[in-house]
Amino acid sequence: MNRPQDIRVDLLLIGQMVRSGSRVLDVGCGDGALLDYLVSERGADARGIEISQAGVNACVARGLSVVQGDADTDLKDYPSGAFDYAILSQTLQATRNPKNVLIELLRIGKRAIVSFPNFGYWRVRGGLFFKGCMPNTGTLNNPWYSTPNIHFCTIRDFVNLCNELGITIEKSMAISSSGRPIPWAHSLWVANLAADQGLFVLRR
Amino acid sequence: MTGNKGKKPRGLAGFAPGEQAGLSAILGAAAPLRLDCGAELGPFTVAYQTYGALNAAKSNAVLVCHALTGDHFCAGDNPFTGKAGWWDLMVGPGKPLDTDRYFVICPNVLGSCYGTTGPRDINPATGEPWGLAFPVITIRDMVRAQAMLLDHLGIADLFCVIGGSMGGMQVLEWVVNYPERVFSAIPIAATSKHSAQNIAFHEVGRQAVMADPHWHGGAYFRHNVTPHAGLAVARMAAHITYMSEAGLTRRFGRALQDRDAFTYGFDADFEVESYLRHQGITFVDRFDANCYLYITRAMDYFDLAADYGGVLAKAFERSRARFCVMSFTSDWLYPTAESRAIVHALNAVAAPVSFVEIESDKGHDSFLLDVPEMFAILRGFLDSAARQRGLQGSAR
Repeated sequence: MNRPQDIRVDLLLIGQMVRSGSRVLDVGCGDGALLDYLVSERGADARGIEISQAGVNACVARGLSVVQGDADTDLKDYPSGAFDYAILSQTLQATRNPKNVLIELLRIGKRAIVSFPNFGYWRVRGGLFFKGCMPNTGTLNNPWYSTPNIHFCTIRDFVNLCNELGITIEKSMAISSSGRPIPWAHSLWVANLAADQGLFVLRR
Repeated sequence: MTGNKGKKPRGLAGFAPGEQAGLSAILGAAAPLRLDCGAELGPFTVAYQTYGALNAAKSNAVLVCHALTGDHFCAGDNPFTGKAGWWDLMVGPGKPLDTDRYFVICPNVLGSCYGTTGPRDINPATGEPWGLAFPVITIRDMVRAQAMLLDHLGIADLFCVIGGSMGGMQVLEWVVNYPERVFSAIPIAATSKHSAQNIAFHEVGRQAVMADPHWHGGAYFRHNVTPHAGLAVARMAAHITYMSEAGLTRRFGRALQDRDAFTYGFDADFEVESYLRHQGITFVDRFDANCYLYITRAMDYFDLAADYGGVLAKAFERSRARFCVMSFTSDWLYPTAESRAIVHALNAVAAPVSFVEIESDKGHDSFLLDVPEMFAILRGFLDSAARQRGLQGSAR
């Protein structure tokens, strides 16, 4: 089983936002690293949804409650308000209908924790501007023809969508390419340029 | 305990009435079992087998539920066949259902012909086999009989209930009817109800039996014959539903059986024909035709949500178990969609559930076969459930 120090820094950031003993749904939980942390370190009642069979098998084999499913189609089966947190880490940009997924997350969870690659990151902008090529950063490292990411957005786009949907942003963080919060990114303008990832805590 | 390794003559399927192998309990003597059909049964016998040892806290009992034509010898040697038990890959020391750790109980289902009371046994009222006078039973009746067996063994609750196919139906009935007695539940390649197609295939099988002139309205025991031809056809049809098209193609294709050319007749020219005929012929040596009618009927009547206004989630409302639901990609008898429906209902009541669809071209029967991924996942699920239950690494 993973020890907390093995967990990716950005996942650890999410994990530490979850209050001990909460009920958590991790949508797109991958191999279960965050779930494992939430269960073993935060005493959470944590479940997962994962689309890949390999990911699900790895999770269940390590004793986590994970179902094979798709964020786009399967969230509707969960009752409203069933979880304290619904987490969507690095998955929003791979969904077919991100807006609907966001609405569903906040129906199922009292709060949602969402992280996504920021397309406004200066390296992304620079790649497009100077090289004229689709970006290739640490977070975005698939060539355009095989990327699972089909709905990119910038931090500003995301904030606009939250405003449109009447979602309250409780907390937002600009995350650097090393997975750590950028302490000086106070304004949206700076965050949108400096952040490799955006991390948000949302509520209805 | 008695063994019986001798091969029986055709038509003496299962054990002769009153003959026993493994353990058995006589239940329902004081208070009979009230069946779904309204009839009462008792006293009746449940044949069962156990593996491993019950711990002092009686917290490590696992109930293994068998499928349509299974028996209680899930591990070790089966005295009926002289071969390994039907789930020997799963149950035993160091295996996923580790008998060094768990106390495994495997009962033969009500209506079967391997020792638990069924239509082939003697009806005390008439002194001859029950035949069609045996009351029609349901999956829930099978589970009620198992609960009585646990009472008899002094086991209050189960660490786990596990089974594939019809065994999975029993698992689901367990969590619905005895929610306080189930800590974890593993329905594999199962469904929450029999579909029209499932019922249709069973009806083909039953009609094949009943069309055999040797069936005699179910009273073949009076004529010293058995409807083995009809039962063999029933098994052949059913066996096709247990395999996948890809599996059949991979194994047989259009290969010819011990010949280079067609015979232009109705011999088993194709390997697949020869294989199916073999499946049919060997089946009649080990199973009873009336039992086949009764158990297929019980499966057809199975609809977990029926008593809950058709809302499956309501059936699970009282469940306290953690679930591991498992299906196989090539299973078209109880396809993945059926398992997903179970998972959706469990999600709706926020039950702890894991669900995996395993890639396999071996069809419905995958759960009985060597599918390493299934074993790895079950091992992980059981280990974590055992930790939550406070079970030690070894019961002994």
